Amino acid sequence: MKILVCISKAPDTTSKIAFTEGNTKFDENGVQYIVNPYDEWYALVRALEIKEAQGGNVTIITVGTAADEAVIRKALAIGADDAVRIDADPKDAYYTAVQIAEYAKNNQFDLVLTGKETINYNGSQVGGMIAEALDAPFISVATKLDVNGSTMTLEREIAGGIEVVETGLPAVVSCAKGMAEQRIPNMRGIMAARTKPLQVVAPVSVEDMTSFVSYTMPNAKSACKMIDPSNMDELVELLHNEAKVI
Amino acid sequence: MSVLVYINSSTGIHKSANEAVTYAKKLGGSVTVITNGGCDAATLASLGKYGADKVLVDRSVNSNDDQQLTRMIATAADSVGATTVVFSHDLTAKAVAPRLSVRMKAGLISGAIDLPSGDGTTKVNVFSGKAFGAVKVNTSKKIISLLPNSIQPEATGSDCAVEDFNGNAGSTNVKVITTKKPEGEIPLPEAELVVSAGRGLKGPENWGIVEDLAKALGAATACSRPVADIGWRPHHEHVGQTGVAIRPNLYIAAGISGAIQHLAGVNGSKVIVVINTDPEAPFFKAADYGVVGDAFEVLPRLTEAVKKFKG
Ligand SMILES: Cc1cc2nc3c(=O)[nH]c(=O)nc-3n(C[C@H](O)[C@H](O)[C@H](O)COP(=O)(O)OP(=O)(O)OC[C@H]3O[C@@H](n4cnc5c(N)ncnc54)[C@H](O)[C@@H]3O)c2cc1C
Repeated sequence: MKILVCISKAPDTTSKIAFTEGNTKFDENGVQYIVNPYDEWYALVRALEIKEAQGGNVTIITVGTAADEAVIRKALAIGADDAVRIDADPKDAYYTAVQIAEYAKNNQFDLVLTGKETINYNGSQVGGMIAEALDAPFISVATKLDVNGSTMTLEREIAGGIEVVETGLPAVVSCAKGMAEQRIPNMRGIMAARTKPLQVVAPVSVEDMTSFVSYTMPNAKSACKMIDPSNMDELVELLHNEAKVI
Repeated sequence: MSVLVYINSSTGIHKSANEAVTYAKKLGGSVTVITNGGCDAATLASLGKYGADKVLVDRSVNSNDDQQLTRMIATAADSVGATTVVFSHDLTAKAVAPRLSVRMKAGLISGAIDLPSGDGTTKVNVFSGKAFGAVKVNTSKKIISLLPNSIQPEATGSDCAVEDFNGNAGSTNVKVITTKKPEGEIPLPEAELVVSAGRGLKGPENWGIVEDLAKALGAATACSRPVADIGWRPHHEHVGQTGVAIRPNLYIAAGISGAIQHLAGVNGSKVIVVINTDPEAPFFKAADYGVVGDAFEVLPRLTEAVKKFKG
């Protein structure tokens, strides 16, 4: 079983979000990068559990620059066998997905896992795009994944409920809460990660389909109006007449 | 210009569908809806009120299989010469829109919260709601996936024609074994009113007062991450940076401290009410209305006040 786990970097969840260069670029000043939580907590950990139960290999892949190798090492410390970095600074999901699909095609993976979205761009785009490029089934927002030989059983969220499905391999799955529990890397893992193989691959040539032109911040909230806890009629009145939401 | 809108009608026509059609209408040009499954024609025809010129329905596709849906939508886009495809940014869109983007060579804008502006860019939520981005599409065709509750549906027209359509969807590679549907719940991402609670509620046995308020308001229920992690509430109620991001008209938070990761998923709400015993709780800084008090007393009192108001 060869599993490819797509890893994105994401700013630490407590990062101050700000922009530079006339609000056209994310301000990386003082920002710590982590492995995107959905990729790490669910996709990577589930891949490792499958490997531990039935053998195989877990490769992580990221499209990024040399600066992103720190994040790759974090993912290796959790237990992936090896890593691939496609050497590029991706600007859109399509560019990223084409690079990963190309690598997956050339290296014959049984299963490609992604997180359900990144916490910085929230696009939910890369997994589906890889699946289309590979002409493989895509199970999105999966909360459970079991491999039985050459088929998989999954649970996934659908409009208004949960669906249990079965599909063959190879396939692409985007992973969400429920699939696995976060693992904290131990010292041995962190040491081992330093010497695990990290292959750098040149990107294939492809044009971006979208670009982020600029960013803005939401308007600051005006002061909070305090209501006496014994007077909920007043709150209801304000929600109706002032806020006009009920 | 011709705009195609994909609607998931498997559980009827939701407000988010009317929003997507209204959005397409405002883009200008003709609006065609493509859908699938068993929804009856009279219900589908109602999309005309929101601006659809006609609805195409492929009755042979009855699954959520993203490969079949992608083929069906691409066939419909070809047949009406659509240059823009609109989705509501729900679970189906998250599976299908990226595939369709690759298939049609159409740039995908996910999580749009507004119509395209004069410079041709479209505003989207980024950094889990902590900022907005302006996205430009570099291809001649584009796909826009609209966040629910971003624009008001406008019913200005009348019912439209509904036509059977063959989307050449092909066969499915995904076998559905069972589906589980929670009873009588309002889907959280679409809910206009949300009542949410956190660790301050002390235990799952105390959620009755949260549900009572939600019921009185006609609201959906949500929770903070630790509450879902320890199993007090189901995972799909977890809102925040690593849960569901929502933008209801009203978000009532009781016994939630307002950590930055929680705020990230809810700060798109139009109005926020915070109920917390601690006057220093960070959530008050993000709130419009604050109540310093014990949720166990305030929530039932608020429920009574809502009931009185509704008569
Ligand atoms: C990477 C990462 C991602 C995260 N993602 C999320 C996320 O998506 N969503 C999320 O919610 N959290 C997330 N968190 C966790 C977040 O940091 C907070 O720990 C969490 O939101 C706290 O939940 P809480 O407010 O319910 O509990 P607490 O922080 O324990 O707060 C409980 C609150 O209840 C109040 N209280 C106590 N008793 C009462 C009473 N009787 N009446 C009224 N108020 C009372 C207290 O004053 C306190 O403010 C994330 C953390 C990390 C590190």
